[in-house]
Amino acid sequence: MRKLILAAVIAAVSAGTAYAQQTVRMGTEGAYEPYNFINDKGEIDGFEREVGDKLCEIAGYKCEWVKNDWDSIIPNLLSGNYDTIMAGMSITDERKEKIDFTQNYFPPTASAYMALKGTSADAIKGNVAAQVNTIQAGYVAESGATLVEFSIADETVAAVKNGEADAVFADKDYLQKIVDESGGELVFIGDDIPLGGGVGMGIRKSDTEMRDKFDAAITQMKGDGSLNAMIEKWFKIKNAY
Amino acid sequence: MMMEFCADPKALEGLQWMACYLTTPKHFQFYFSFIIVLTLIFVTAPVVMLLGFGGALARRSDFLPLKLLGNVYTSMVRGVPDIIFFLFVPIAMDQGIEYLRHKTLCPEVTEPVYRGNDFVVCPPAKMPLGDAAQWVHETWGFVLAVIAFALVFGAFAANTIYGALDAVPRAQLETARAYGMNDRQTFWRIHLPQMWTYALPGLSNLWMILIKATPLLFLLGIEDIVYWARELGGSKTSFFEYPHPDWRVWYFLALLIFYLTFTWLSEKVFNRLTARANPGQSTMGNMGQNLRLEAGR
Repeated sequence: MRKLILAAVIAAVSAGTAYAQQTVRMGTEGAYEPYNFINDKGEIDGFEREVGDKLCEIAGYKCEWVKNDWDSIIPNLLSGNYDTIMAGMSITDERKEKIDFTQNYFPPTASAYMALKGTSADAIKGNVAAQVNTIQAGYVAESGATLVEFSIADETVAAVKNGEADAVFADKDYLQKIVDESGGELVFIGDDIPLGGGVGMGIRKSDTEMRDKFDAAITQMKGDGSLNAMIEKWFKIKNAY
Repeated sequence: MMMEFCADPKALEGLQWMACYLTTPKHFQFYFSFIIVLTLIFVTAPVVMLLGFGGALARRSDFLPLKLLGNVYTSMVRGVPDIIFFLFVPIAMDQGIEYLRHKTLCPEVTEPVYRGNDFVVCPPAKMPLGDAAQWVHETWGFVLAVIAFALVFGAFAANTIYGALDAVPRAQLETARAYGMNDRQTFWRIHLPQMWTYALPGLSNLWMILIKATPLLFLLGIEDIVYWARELGGSKTSFFEYPHPDWRVWYFLALLIFYLTFTWLSEKVFNRLTARANPGQSTMGNMGQNLRLEAGR
């Protein structure tokens, strides 16, 4: 009997290893809806959760989602706390010096200024709030306005509401819903500004095999229209690719 | 935990909405984070006391290397800003352990561990393993946090205990000797019991500071009460089932009440401990007590 159990255990273990998928830990911020956020069940949800799970399925990885605050999201990828970043991160040359990106899974988008109703267009030269270490923060710093940085996106919006900043500069996709549901209190001002090379998945430079697999998976999702469907679901944008 | 009428949040109003909102699984993660914070405090405190005694006794030791170790530990940790230690210790320990495991478990890997910006160890050397459940990763992070907190606060405790041991009147120890007690007996029966009255004010300070330092947990990637208060309190659009405006002020008010209650209770406990340490001591604290007793008569 004992031998039988032992044999069964060995069989189970070896079967387990034979079919064991590599676990990939997916790092995200969880505070940038609709890209990624923590839903009321306390789970990571959003466009990137859906795309990421699908990509893992195609690439044959078992994926586990991990939260990490935005400011330290690249350092903690480099030190190996998780293996990828899917956090609405735009592909930029500056970031490419530290990490690799897959091709974008969300096309280059517009960033926009948002302010309280009745704010003059000059506000974009005043105190402008942006999330720290974003391309928008970099843009504001060079635009001649006074940059007011916050660690999470929601705080930039709060800063505009309580008058701490004259305007907030962020991804238009992030601000859109906030403007729509503000009851006219918040409006876009100035022109939209295209920034960045689209949103890609960040991967350590040494993980070339994983990058290629995810790259291929993104190509497949772009080809079969499933990526477009997800973008339409979360962002109401038709035929993005 | 969810009540049945919570199935459709959009149809809810008033108190019912609030009851459902406060019992979402996300809120239970918030409530659970209070337990995490309390656990950190109650697990760290005994380790702090151990390090404190170890450090103090090392500094008092006649054995030079031990004395040096005690001195270096207390002066170095006390001299470096806490936040640097909180950031440095977990990263250094995590990478140090992974590096050692990499060297022992994967000797066949010839590529360097540091490749450009990347810190890459072989999969079996990962700590915890890459395929470990998320709670294992979180527990590991918590253990590193406890070590970081204990190292920092232990140095302060060592200094407090060191000073308190020195503050016990010399006559007390000489009398013990005159009664024929040896070193060990003198220490355990006379020196240590009398030390508490001098150490308690300093240790109670440390305890309070430890309580107040717990929000630093978030810096170490642990989702503590501050993280959840900020996350839950932020304004929510209709991407969420329970949209609401910016409610951070209410969540932080709850934290304020939690911390005030906790420190208030702690103060009561410390007052009792101090009262217990006082009797029989040749200190003003004890005299004050005697005077109060007399006045009461």
